[in-house]
Amino acid sequence: MPRLNSYRELEHLRTSLLEQRQPITHTVMICGGPGCQIAHSDGLVDALQKEISSQGLKDSVALRATGCHGFCEQGPVMVIEPGNIFYCHVSSQDAFEIVSQTLVRGEVIDRLLYTDPASGVKIQTEAEIPFYRDQDQQLLSRNRLVDPCSIEDYLVAGGYSALSKVLQGASPADVIKEVTAAGLRGRGGGGFPTGRKWLESYQAPGDEKYVICNADEGDPGAYMDRAVLEGNPHQVLEGMMIGAWAVGAQQGYVYVRNEYPLAVQHSRIAVEQARALGILGENILGSSFSFDVNIARGGGAFVCGESTALMASLEGKVGEPRPKDVHTAVEGLYNKPTVLNNVETWANVPEIMLRGADWFAAKGSSGSKGTKILALTGRIKNTGLVEVAMGTPINTVVFDIGGGAANGHPIKAVQTGGPSGGCLPVDKFDLALDFDILAEAGSMIGSGGMVVMDEESCMVDVARYFLEFLQDESCGKCLPCRTGIDRMLEIVTDIAEGRGRPEQLDLLEELGDTIAQTALCGLGKTAPNPVLSTLRYFRAEYEAHINEGRCPAGVCKPLITYSIDADKCNGCGVCLRSCAYEAINGEKKQLHVINAELCQKCGICRSECKFDAILVA
Amino acid sequence: MPATTMENILEGRRSQPHQLIEALHDVQDNFGYISEESIRTLSQELGVPLMEVYRVAAFYKAFKLTPSGKNVITVCMGTACHVRGARLLLDQATTQLDVKPGEVTEDGLFTVEHVNCLGACALGPVVVENQTYHDHMTPGKLRNLIQRCGCQDKEVGQDA
Repeated sequence: MPRLNSYRELEHLRTSLLEQRQPITHTVMICGGPGCQIAHSDGLVDALQKEISSQGLKDSVALRATGCHGFCEQGPVMVIEPGNIFYCHVSSQDAFEIVSQTLVRGEVIDRLLYTDPASGVKIQTEAEIPFYRDQDQQLLSRNRLVDPCSIEDYLVAGGYSALSKVLQGASPADVIKEVTAAGLRGRGGGGFPTGRKWLESYQAPGDEKYVICNADEGDPGAYMDRAVLEGNPHQVLEGMMIGAWAVGAQQGYVYVRNEYPLAVQHSRIAVEQARALGILGENILGSSFSFDVNIARGGGAFVCGESTALMASLEGKVGEPRPKDVHTAVEGLYNKPTVLNNVETWANVPEIMLRGADWFAAKGSSGSKGTKILALTGRIKNTGLVEVAMGTPINTVVFDIGGGAANGHPIKAVQTGGPSGGCLPVDKFDLALDFDILAEAGSMIGSGGMVVMDEESCMVDVARYFLEFLQDESCGKCLPCRTGIDRMLEIVTDIAEGRGRPEQLDLLEELGDTIAQTALCGLGKTAPNPVLSTLRYFRAEYEAHINEGRCPAGVCKPLITYSIDADKCNGCGVCLRSCAYEAINGEKKQLHVINAELCQKCGICRSECKFDAILVA
Repeated sequence: MPATTMENILEGRRSQPHQLIEALHDVQDNFGYISEESIRTLSQELGVPLMEVYRVAAFYKAFKLTPSGKNVITVCMGTACHVRGARLLLDQATTQLDVKPGEVTEDGLFTVEHVNCLGACALGPVVVENQTYHDHMTPGKLRNLIQRCGCQDKEVGQDA
């Protein structure tokens, strides 16, 4: 395709692409997200491609390997349009039938449909599945429309028309006004008003300015940015271009986590394609606006999600934060005015410019507008990515969309906001997913991770887990974070290993308070949250560890013992054979017994027993 | 594909200190670790003090200063994997192979690593054996996986 030199040429290209695609009668959208890939969606794509060719449907069927659809638990998943037919757990062996039955004859294959676990009924369309029905997918639904490596797909779906509209008629001030009126707030965790950040950068003196996309998604248990950047990289780029126009930046960077190789690859391809078409580079679409983007890989340091640390890393340095007396919007990358937004924030921008601030602000709660993508994981039935309007109650997400408890153990808590967030108990599940409401409750919406915990999850262990994570990830520059987290971890480890003392709980709170007030950057300031929130809502669990030497959830190794349930054991001998420590005795078809002195609590017998007969208490 | 050399990696990056991390990534990807020699070369060619190159290479988890074992077993320790029992998996791998995370076994066959999150939370707990992802892992499945890897390598060794 030749370089586009005007807005008219862009529209002309879009029209001709649409014309080329007129003969297409069916579109098959296969999820190529990480979850479905692990479940071998690649092989399925190849097999379907072959079948479509050999059954002579090459010109009428479009096969598209897309980004994540969200329902990872059921992968590989696919949707066939028209008809919105949803197939799950599809394998390459199903390719022949899908083509000959569904595509040629229009028949639905019953076996591949999703079965609602509540009613046992097979559901034919994606829209009717409870997991999708109760969502409001604005960003994620666009993943289905494009092959992430095809700028043509993006153009056919209306891509870059927001950029074109902005360059043709909106001044930087207009753009900032629109984004401000939309009420868009940073999706990376801070919830800072995007419009205000842009305005500050716009007003900052200097000709050299930068925009950065923070795709260093380091929160363990969160992968929505990955899904957006991997699945629809052009939308993120378009958002960055509009932002760059608004603040007057000539150069942008996508700082992407190296643990996400597909996101790195797809964003690189997208940049190359946009450059080739003249959508990135000098005089974009023939206008006076010049802007380019480079892709930089992160080094695997959680602290680099913090804006000043990220910028240091982009400069090739160690990712240590600095005090933010002067905002990065004024003095950021190379000390120049820099706007840094998260992937999801950037991805929201094009639609705001196309449909207007009112459209965006119509969704959400009073203080938090639009939709939010959440990574719903942990001990829950329907794990995957979920997008709902801000202000949706936690209950809706966990029980209606998530389908509730996975293994029959009642749900106890949800952890939101990653290592900076907190754990909320089930009686707080009527709270709305809103920046301010969750912060008031001692947690935060963060980047959108929601890890569900049930009665087999120990809250002391969870607090310890996050402290270990933060101790490892603290850059060590400031003392409160470096030493404070060490001390908190020491105490929580004492408690988890049965050496805890009652007075340590108050000490933990005092320490947490001090760290929150004195640490240099966001990582340190929020580091005590996982401990403080579990202490606030699950103090009884801490006390059980300290006063009774008991881990109620059966997790903390020094406080638990393994035994065999006499009612369930049928003496099959699997546990005996699997135990590497010879800690299990018993005759065939007789009750087996675990020798507590030899048992190393490795968990193998429990994972191998088919009869759920291994007890941990 | 022709092998990438240090020369390829340095191309277009000379005397540009801000390219350090990107260059380190390429060294890591192509040579498996960051050797002392490559640290010295990068320092000289990019114009970054030797100490700073070392500091950056040591700071970021993506870079390894020593080579890994033949098989790399990576246990995902993300929150979602954690609440589904990832710690038992890490314990299993380190006990079975008698190494600490990050270390290489004496026979050079294995390195056990842990990673903060692989972004495949829905399928947790996840273990990656070399490039292959294994979902919904249990200590028992992991034990068999490690045994299989070890046996294969021993057989290959005997054939040769």
